[in-house]
Amino acid sequence: MRRPVPTIASAAVLAVLTLAGVGLAGCGSSGSTSAAPAASASSTEAVTYPVTQDGTTLSAKPTHIISMSPTATDMLFTIGAGSQVIAVDKNSDFFGANAPATTPPADIDAFQPNAETIAAKNPDLVVLSDDTNKIKEALVKLKIPVYMAPAATTIDDTYHQMTALGALTGHPTTAAAAVAAEKKAIGDDLAKLKPRTKPLTFYYELDQTFYSVTSKTFIGSLFGMAKMTNIADAGNASNPYPQLSAEVIIKANPDVIFLADTDCCQQSAVAVAKRPGWSTIGAVKEQQVVPIPDDVASQWGSRVPKLLDTIVTESNAAPTS
Amino acid sequence: MTGPGRKAPATPGRKAPAKSVAPIGAVEPVHAVEPVVAVEPARLRVRWLAAGVGAVVVAVIAGLALGPVGLNPGGVFIELLDLLPGVHLHSGLSASEQAIVTQLRLPRVCLGLLVGATLAVAGGTYQGVFRNPLADPYLLGIAAGAGLGATIAIVGGHAFAQLPGAGGSGTPIYVPFVAFIGALVAVTMTYALGAAGGTARTPAVLLLAGVAVTAFLTAGQTYLQQRYVETIREVYSWIMGRLTTAGWHDVLLLLPFAVITIGVMIGYRRQLDVMSVGDAEAESLGAHPRRTRLVLVVVASLGTAAAVSVSGLIGFVGIIVPHTVRLMAGTSYRVILPLSALFGGAFLALADLGARTLTAPDEIPIGVVTAFFGAPFFIVILRTSRRL
Repeated sequence: MRRPVPTIASAAVLAVLTLAGVGLAGCGSSGSTSAAPAASASSTEAVTYPVTQDGTTLSAKPTHIISMSPTATDMLFTIGAGSQVIAVDKNSDFFGANAPATTPPADIDAFQPNAETIAAKNPDLVVLSDDTNKIKEALVKLKIPVYMAPAATTIDDTYHQMTALGALTGHPTTAAAAVAAEKKAIGDDLAKLKPRTKPLTFYYELDQTFYSVTSKTFIGSLFGMAKMTNIADAGNASNPYPQLSAEVIIKANPDVIFLADTDCCQQSAVAVAKRPGWSTIGAVKEQQVVPIPDDVASQWGSRVPKLLDTIVTESNAAPTS
Repeated sequence: MTGPGRKAPATPGRKAPAKSVAPIGAVEPVHAVEPVVAVEPARLRVRWLAAGVGAVVVAVIAGLALGPVGLNPGGVFIELLDLLPGVHLHSGLSASEQAIVTQLRLPRVCLGLLVGATLAVAGGTYQGVFRNPLADPYLLGIAAGAGLGATIAIVGGHAFAQLPGAGGSGTPIYVPFVAFIGALVAVTMTYALGAAGGTARTPAVLLLAGVAVTAFLTAGQTYLQQRYVETIREVYSWIMGRLTTAGWHDVLLLLPFAVITIGVMIGYRRQLDVMSVGDAEAESLGAHPRRTRLVLVVVASLGTAAAVSVSGLIGFVGIIVPHTVRLMAGTSYRVILPLSALFGGAFLALADLGARTLTAPDEIPIGVVTAFFGAPFFIVILRTSRRL
């Protein structure tokens, strides 16, 4: 007999999924542009091996890389290591600013990773964002180098992971250029920000049951960079991914609503306006409900400047409250 | 349950068994002559009925007056009066506060009452039908069927959204309907499987069939979730309970099912008392246990399926509430079922209040609240009572 009591476990699963953004990033918006520079797939840089980054040591330049994370896939192609990637996970659908005509097969399940399946491809580097089912330990036992690129909590984490992947894959210069370009793009975005006497308030929606993010998250920090006030920060400080009550959202009356559940959950400005009581919210009345592709919203790779540009643009467009 | 010297009629024109009825359970206790359970009256006492109504009133008032947003109770009261036809009052609440009262709290409280009452009465009915104290509304695979149905609907919605010309939008509005169908299919499978091999649909066989169907359908749901992992977030949102997003649409959807199924189940309360002595003895008293069991299983399943389809899966209500009523007010189904409707509704409405206020402005999944508060409360009741 199945009982719904394990909703705690379900909640944990949802929280983890939401937190990591893994796998939920797979839907939609392929082919978006990023602010990172175009990297030549055939670029070669003189790198002396062995190279060690964050505990991962490679004795030679990897030529058979497997990416188990959509963000890592984005980063690998952005830093010019795309030609060395032989396979990616099923949710990887963005291959940097200049996607190659032929992309590697996306046939690996990152949610239920199988060490034998991965080992059968003879990789010399596997990039993970989550150690699901202790896959890292299994791969290490098979003498397969593993680099962990967990979900970023700050923009500096993004820069660090791109730099580390550049060093490991033999593209340190291209990676440094990509980081510099991303920093510049973010700086340019923030320079466009119009000053306001009163900060805009916003609600960021992860799903239609009102899971949100606080400013302690990576995505939340981007809104902080844009000088916006997060209505989710008023709650439990220890939970970076709270489920807000609908009445709290209505009472908070945010100036802008960002929807990161347009792909997963078919939410839209129209759907939001139809929710009970939501027509009284300023963001709905002023049509400041902004859809963000789920994958762009949940990754911390080269499309961060694009996301920040959306935030700044909507901030500038919002009427003065 | 009939008490000494109070031979209440089991069915119109028939007499209930003279001896006291043993408490529900698949196995007769060795000391079945213990008269403890027989001292309870079979009829519903007015004080317990008043207590049940009082619990509902308290739950409604608290559910409307309290919440993560502090509102003036007087303003809330006036706002509710303003909803009455011909009444035009100014509550002093802002537009957003009015929306909170009339479009969020009120439908949520109403849905909590309906879902709680339906699940509690269905739980009590299942316990009586199967003579098993562990029976709950999800016994025959309803949760698994509804979960699989919801998953199919959500996965199908995503697939539809990707079709050319579909406009890139799935239609999750039909999720409750497909969940409802899934729940009914599960019960039908259980009932069919219960008769497989030529055996009679005894309670034990039906329970085992329910376990098998639940395992089968859960495996199907798990496979779909893994196969279409992009939908997993929405599926879990549904499973964790949907009172969070409840509106009047959900209330109106459930209302007819809840009223009819609860009414039918309570209408069969006397037959359940007779059936508690066993099929053979019930038949000797002129009852029709097989027919009654079929009717009640269908009706309880229908009500549960309807509740689950709009609320998601909320546990413990169907177990805790009937047993608590049984322990406190009496072991007759003439007492258990009506009071379960009242206390079940009040319990879930209050649990929902806890879900939205305990960690405000954050919410807690309501299933967590029903388990966290319901289980310890039930243990206290067990320890302080001699009856089960």
